[in-house]
Amino acid sequence: MSKLDLVMFEEEFKQLQDIIGRLQKDASAKVVFLVDKNGQQIASAGEVHSIDATSLASLTAGNVAATDGLAKLIGEKEFSLLFHEGEKDNLHISIVGKRGILVVIFDQGSSLALVRLRVKKASRELSEIFERVETRAHEESGPGTKFESPFSEITDDDIDKLFGD
Amino acid sequence: MTFINYASREINCKIVYYGPGLCGKTTNIQWIHEQANPEKRGKLVSLATETDRTLFFDFLPLDMGTVKGFKVRFHLYTVPGQVFYDASRKLILRGCDGVIFVADSQRPRMEANIEAIANLATNLKDNGFDIRTIPYVLQLNKRDMPTSEKVDEMERLLRFRNEPMIEGIANQGVGVIETLKACARQILMELQRS
Repeated sequence: MSKLDLVMFEEEFKQLQDIIGRLQKDASAKVVFLVDKNGQQIASAGEVHSIDATSLASLTAGNVAATDGLAKLIGEKEFSLLFHEGEKDNLHISIVGKRGILVVIFDQGSSLALVRLRVKKASRELSEIFERVETRAHEESGPGTKFESPFSEITDDDIDKLFGD
Repeated sequence: MTFINYASREINCKIVYYGPGLCGKTTNIQWIHEQANPEKRGKLVSLATETDRTLFFDFLPLDMGTVKGFKVRFHLYTVPGQVFYDASRKLILRGCDGVIFVADSQRPRMEANIEAIANLATNLKDNGFDIRTIPYVLQLNKRDMPTSEKVDEMERLLRFRNEPMIEGIANQGVGVIETLKACARQILMELQRS
């Protein structure tokens, strides 16, 4: 594959989950999502069942990508923060590390200042984990690695089964 | 860029439908959405203009079942085909695992098909991919149109790497699943190698 795959193991996943769980409580937010820049949801915390998380992830990534494009057009590297204010709920979107996006949904039970403050701390911690995942991916993409993919034995039959043949 | 989550045992793959304006990219994924088991498909999100032309993208998440104990989920995206939406097209290719090129079989659209493939090559390159190696399928859509070009001629003009070539009539569902399957096969086989 021409780009490194994002491979997340149990331990890292748990750490990410702990951080965004804490962020959701500390920021008095309704929901917190962590998605990747390609539109895939990584983790979530809070009242997640009230929201179509898959669509949210894809639209957020689209939004960030479009805003990124706008930034480059005017000579900025990126806009690291997007804020959408609604009548009841607000959306705070920020970039984490190179490939993560943190989405915080909150209402009048919290405030933009509090969310910004808490997001800042959580972002630092999340970035460190992303960096570890990235470093490991680089190390393991080299020859003679110990990690063996569980997909090394995918057969045509497996693929046919996915399509119900 | 496939996302493999060992904690939730999921693999997520992104497939992008590319092609000239009005070639049937959205029709392909609308048909998949209508036919898919409601429990396995997510919501079809379309960011379209008032005249139903794709403005940014369409998006359809699909749960496919399991491979080697991992849930396989495909995220299908279409790009806006109209020439002036090039900046958006480039963004949508970001992190894709495979591309399906939907060609319009109508003879007057051959030049648009060729231009769209050249544009795809450029935009893939800008995202760090190579059109000669990324999982790729060519669908010849609208085979039922009276002005359809011959398959041989389309192959000569548009096929460049021995990629799977599938004839389709997307609004009747002909060739739609075969096309998706041909792309999925390449992506999963790629996972095997990487």
